[in-house]
Amino acid sequence: MSVATTTMAGPPAGQSFPVPPAIRPEHTLSPGQWGMLSFLVSEVALFGTLIVTYLFYVGKDVVGPTPAEALSLGLVVCTTACLLASSATVHVAERRLERGNQVGFLRWWLATLVLGAAFLGGTAFEWHDLIYRHQLTISRNLFGTTYYTLVGLHALHVTAGVSIMLIVLGLALCRRVTSANRAGVGLVSWYWHFVDGVWVVVFTVVYLVGR
Amino acid sequence: MAIAEAPRGPITRPEAPPWTAVLHDWVTTVDHKKIGILYVLMAVVFLVVGGVEALLLRWQLVRPRYDFLGPDTFNQMFTMHGTTMVFFMGIPILVGMGNYLVPLMIGARDMAFPRLNALGFWVTLLGGLLVYFSFATGGAPAIGWFAYAPLTERTFARSAATDFWALGLMVSGVGTIAAAVNFIATILTMRAPGMALRKVPFFVWTMLWTSVLIVFAIPPLTAGLAMVLLDRHLGAHFFDVQNGGSALLWQHIFWFFGHPEVYILILPVFGMVTEIIPVFARKVLFGYEFMAAATAAIAFISLGVWAHHMFTVGMSRTADLFFIVSTFMISIPTGIKFFNWLATMYGGRISFASPMLFCIGFLSMFLIGGLTGIMLGAAPFDFQLQDTYFLIGHFHFVLIGGTLFGVFAGIHYWFPKMTGRMLSERLARWQFWLLYVGFLLTFGTMHISGVLGMPRRIYTYDADRGWALLNQLTTLGAIIQAPSFVLFVCNVFASLRNGRPAGADPWDAWTLEWSTPSPPPAYNFAVIPTVHSRRPLWDLKHPDDPDWQYD
Repeated sequence: MSVATTTMAGPPAGQSFPVPPAIRPEHTLSPGQWGMLSFLVSEVALFGTLIVTYLFYVGKDVVGPTPAEALSLGLVVCTTACLLASSATVHVAERRLERGNQVGFLRWWLATLVLGAAFLGGTAFEWHDLIYRHQLTISRNLFGTTYYTLVGLHALHVTAGVSIMLIVLGLALCRRVTSANRAGVGLVSWYWHFVDGVWVVVFTVVYLVGR
Repeated sequence: MAIAEAPRGPITRPEAPPWTAVLHDWVTTVDHKKIGILYVLMAVVFLVVGGVEALLLRWQLVRPRYDFLGPDTFNQMFTMHGTTMVFFMGIPILVGMGNYLVPLMIGARDMAFPRLNALGFWVTLLGGLLVYFSFATGGAPAIGWFAYAPLTERTFARSAATDFWALGLMVSGVGTIAAAVNFIATILTMRAPGMALRKVPFFVWTMLWTSVLIVFAIPPLTAGLAMVLLDRHLGAHFFDVQNGGSALLWQHIFWFFGHPEVYILILPVFGMVTEIIPVFARKVLFGYEFMAAATAAIAFISLGVWAHHMFTVGMSRTADLFFIVSTFMISIPTGIKFFNWLATMYGGRISFASPMLFCIGFLSMFLIGGLTGIMLGAAPFDFQLQDTYFLIGHFHFVLIGGTLFGVFAGIHYWFPKMTGRMLSERLARWQFWLLYVGFLLTFGTMHISGVLGMPRRIYTYDADRGWALLNQLTTLGAIIQAPSFVLFVCNVFASLRNGRPAGADPWDAWTLEWSTPSPPPAYNFAVIPTVHSRRPLWDLKHPDDPDWQYD
C-alpha cells in the first residue's frame, strides 16, 4: 500500500495545498554512456599506474638493451598511423550507420577492424625482433619488465576491442545493427577512441620521452 | 449438476515453490534487492570467518611465549583476517546495502545494468573463494594484508598461496569496479522526475562518491597485483630488489589504492548515519549542502594522502611535509560532518531505538579513531608509533567503530523494510552493549600497549616486557565481543520468524524507500513518483507544509 492511498486530511476550508514549481527536465548522457565513461576512467587509473611505473624505472637499468638501443621508430610509426587511422574510420562508420547506410557502415567498420589487426600484427613483428635480435624479454631488465607490461596491456585492450568489433560485424551482417539501435556501436567506438588515446600517451612516453 | 450445487473443496493457498525453484531464482536473479541481500549474506559469512581468525590471534597473544599458534600460522591468520575483513566483508556489505537501497531511494525500478550487477556479485564471491583456496596449498599467504614487497617474491613466499591471494583480489576487484560503474550510471540517469542531484537522499550522494573513489583507486591495486604475479611467474623485476626493482614502489602503489579504500569503507556509512540521525532526532539534517560538499572534498583529498602510511620508510622531508599537510586537511571536511550530525541532534526529540543507539556508538568511536588518526598524521609522532598496537587501535576504531557500527545502524534501520519484520530491540541492545564494551576494552587497551612499544605482527612477546596484562585485557574484550555477533545472527533469524510486522514506514521517515510495502515488490514502485524536495515522504505526509517551500 503506497502512501498515496492512505487517507490524509484535505486542505482546510477555503484554502488549497501549495503547488510545487514545475520540474525542469534534465539532459544527461544515457546510462550506457555514463557506464562506459566510468569504466574508461578506471582504465585511465590502470594505465596511469603502469605509465608511472614505466617512468619510475626509465634510465635505472644497469644491464641489457636500453630503449635507445632496442626500440626503432620506423615500424612503430606505421602501427601508430594504423591505429590513428582506425579512429577516423570508426567515426566514419558511425556516421554511415546514423544515416542508415548499412553497406557503408559495414565497409568502414571492417576497415577499422583491419587497421586494428594490422596494429597487432605490427606489434607482434616488433616484439619478435626485440626478443630474438635484442634479447629483450620481460625478465631481462627493468626496461623489459616495464615495456612488455605496459605495451602488452595496451595490446590486450586492442585485442579485446577487435574481438568486440568482430562480434558487432557479425551482428551487422545479420542485419541486427540499425540506425535505431546504434547506441551500442557508439559505446564501442568510445572504447576504441580511448584505446587510441592511451596509445598516443604510451607511444610518447616509451618511444619519444623514454628513449 | 449446476455450478452452485457443486461441492466446494477447502480454500487452497498457492503452494510454496519447491526449494530448488527458490534456489534457482536466487542464483539467477538480476533484481537489485536480491543481489543486495546476497552481498550482505556473503559479507556476514566472511565476517564470522574473519572474526574466528581474530579470536585465534588474540588467544595466541593472551600470554607471553605461548605456543598455541606457531609463528607462520599466526602470520597466516593476520594476513587472512585483514584481507577478509577489508575485501570480503567491508566492501560487499556496503555495496550490497547500496545495491538494495539506491534504486528504492531514487524512485527507480532497478539499477542501470541488472546483469552486470549479478556478475559483480558472483565475481566478488569467486574472488573470496579463490583467496581461501590458498589453504589448499598447505597454508594461507603469510604476507600481511598489505603484502609488502619483496616478501611476495618467489624467493620468500614459495607456495602458491600468494598467487591465490593476488588472483582472488584481482578477480573481486573486477566485481567492485562493476558495482561502481553501475552505481554511477544509475544515480546519474535514473532518478525520479524532480530529483535533482542536489536533492538526492544523502546515502545516494555518498554512494556516488564512493563509486568515484572505487573507479580511481581499485585499478592501481589490480595493476600492482598483476606486477606481483608477473614477478613471481615470468621473472619480471618490478619489486625484485636484487635486479633493480623497488620495494618502495609496491608501497606507493598499494597505499595509493589503500588509503582511498578506507574512505570507500567509510563514506557509505557516513551516508547511512546521515539518513538515520535526522529521523531519530525528528529534525531535518543540518547543513545538507555543506555535508555534500564535505563528502566531495573528502573523496578528492583522500587521493592525496597515501604516503602517510609510509612516514617511516625514509621519504624526503618535503614528501613527509606534503603528506602531513594533506592528512591534516582531510580532517576539516570530516569535522564539518561531525558538527553537522551533532547540530542535527541538538534540540531534537531523540529516540534511542537500536538504529540510533548504533549511530551514537558510531559517533563516539569514530571521533576517537579520527583523533588518533590526526595524531598519527603528525609524522614525528608516527615515527614512534608506526607499526605498533597504537596503529592497530586507531584503524579498528575507525573501521569497527566507524564502518561496523554504522553498518549495524543501517541494518537495524532497514531490516524492517527488507523483510517486513522488526528486529528485537532487546536483543539489539544486548548486542550493542556487548560490542561497545568489548570493543573499547580490546582496542582502547591497544593504544596503551602500542605506546609502551608493542609492535604489530609479532606472534608472541617476552614476559619481562610488561605487556602481558594489557594483552589479556585485549583478549578479554574480544571474548566479550564474540557473543554480540552471535546475538546479532540470532536476532536476524528470530525476527525473520517471529518479528513484529513492520508495515511500510515503521520509523516515520522521509525518503522514498519508505513509501513502498515491506518488503517491496519486485518492481519497487507501481507508479514512479515525482519528487520536489529532499524529503518526498514528508511532502506527501504534510501537503500543507512541504519542504520544497523552503528551498
